[in-house]
Amino acid sequence: MFYAIETEGITKRFGGVAAVSDVSISIEQGELLGLLGPNGAGKTTLINMLSTMTEPSGGSARVWGFDVVADAHRVRQSIGVVFQDITLDERLTGRENLDIHGRLYGLEGRVRRERVEEVLALVDLTDRADTLVKTYSGGMLRRLQIARGFVHKPHILFLDEPTLGLDPQTRIHIWEYIKTLTEEEGVTIVLTTHYLEEADHLCNRVAIIDRGKIVVIDTPEALKSQLGGDVITLEVEGAADIARLRALYESNGFARVVTRGSTGVSMAVRDGERNIPHVLNLASRAGILVLSVSLHKPALDDVFLHHTGRALRDRETGDAEEYGRSRTRPMRR
Amino acid sequence: MIKRAMNVIYAMWLGEMLRFWRSKSRIIGALSTPLTFMIFLGPGLSSGFQFQGGGTVDLSFFAPGFIGMSVLFASLFGGGSVVWERESGILKEVLIAPISRFFIALGKAAGGVTIALIQGIMLLIIAGLIGVRYISGIGVLAGLIIMGLSGIGFIGLGVALASRIESPEGFQMIMSFLTMPLVLLSGAFFPISDLPIWLGGLVYLNPLTYCVEALRWCLLGYSTIPISLSVAVITLFAVAMLGIGGNLFGKIRI
Repeated sequence: MFYAIETEGITKRFGGVAAVSDVSISIEQGELLGLLGPNGAGKTTLINMLSTMTEPSGGSARVWGFDVVADAHRVRQSIGVVFQDITLDERLTGRENLDIHGRLYGLEGRVRRERVEEVLALVDLTDRADTLVKTYSGGMLRRLQIARGFVHKPHILFLDEPTLGLDPQTRIHIWEYIKTLTEEEGVTIVLTTHYLEEADHLCNRVAIIDRGKIVVIDTPEALKSQLGGDVITLEVEGAADIARLRALYESNGFARVVTRGSTGVSMAVRDGERNIPHVLNLASRAGILVLSVSLHKPALDDVFLHHTGRALRDRETGDAEEYGRSRTRPMRR
Repeated sequence: MIKRAMNVIYAMWLGEMLRFWRSKSRIIGALSTPLTFMIFLGPGLSSGFQFQGGGTVDLSFFAPGFIGMSVLFASLFGGGSVVWERESGILKEVLIAPISRFFIALGKAAGGVTIALIQGIMLLIIAGLIGVRYISGIGVLAGLIIMGLSGIGFIGLGVALASRIESPEGFQMIMSFLTMPLVLLSGAFFPISDLPIWLGGLVYLNPLTYCVEALRWCLLGYSTIPISLSVAVITLFAVAMLGIGGNLFGKIRI
């Protein structure tokens, strides 16, 4: 089986501390894999090793079939990297930035010009292409930077925190662009994020990474259903109906049927939307009046909490982050 | 392979040119110092100097010095752009591309040399307008070659320093620390024959001296250091600095 990316026990130590520790993953062609974890969890270090920017201290990784150490040059030919910080040249126009990128990756003449037009159109920057990048808004900078990663048609694209620091509305726009680009181009994407909604919305598999280790990796749906699936909660008129309802659902094979407050009953189901009519039918056949029904789908938040014992946002300013920052020395603007 | 390398060099050169063209302040800034010197300091100096033999020094004598100075500033600055590009992250994007670092450095050098030459030519024209007489057209063309060669050397030096020094502030400090003695000890402002030994020694160790002397020979037809020696030193300096600069640039961690 050919994997776009395959790592075996890849490890990176800075001093005595392991930023990434013994990670083995296989990513199939065409996947959109999300690395989800708090700041300092090792996401960027992992991406840096896979994109040949940092040499691993142990283990090995093959990217598009090439070893990241021995065959770094060919790895670089197969990948695109969209950095966390903006690395566009603001003294040039959007088109010039893409054009020079295309030249550096060996695209020639007409092919390059057409390709630049194509990606500009995909991120809706065609009419701003000839203005200087220094006049762009934050969202436009991100769009241009993401588009640049696609110019040379990489097999694999690494997106490091593609929506970091953007307002929620712009973030949703960027997601749409990433989706469009991925569908149009059929590339394999590895993206890091500490936004749960982002991983949930974009990725077909999510790896939860914490303290340099991959804690769990699966589809967002599977991760969420590990928690017992969706929860349907019914509200009824009086306490008298509660016991009858519980008995009714328990005898019909529903799991985790529990009382909520004095007038509510909840139960776990696999596929919430499709089960609501069934649940309501059972109640009305038994002659019980249901006042309201609500559906809670577990979020990746719950998944993260479940696997690491902590909420994702707790550690945003932890020591590990400080350590990671001073080591990776991110570019300032 | 060669075509690929040429494309990379061209892409880097193109970027340098576009940036240069966009920053008018940089053009003005790079020209103003040598220009001010030439217009105000030149006449002042020439009225005060006398050769021991009795001949006087005229404005023409200083023109090659100011041009050499401009080449030095433009080239060091061109090489030093690596510091700013690393700081702003632009360099990461270039360094992750599947191309040899050496060709990237070469492309930057090509851009820097072109800029140094453009400024040199502007100064040549201005000097001509204020009364400096060049010996021949061929001499002027030879002068351009000297400027280009010296430019490569100083860009290499700039890139080498920029690759080792991570902060723009630090680089700025080293630059002013370096340019002052290079300019003062280059024979740009005084004839280098009959210098006291300690001063002469320093002057002869300075690569800019050979650049200025060679320019003097090409543009005006006389020099204290034989042209063959000047050309040899400049060429050696260019090759060595390109090698060192390219090597240190190759070691930059992203």
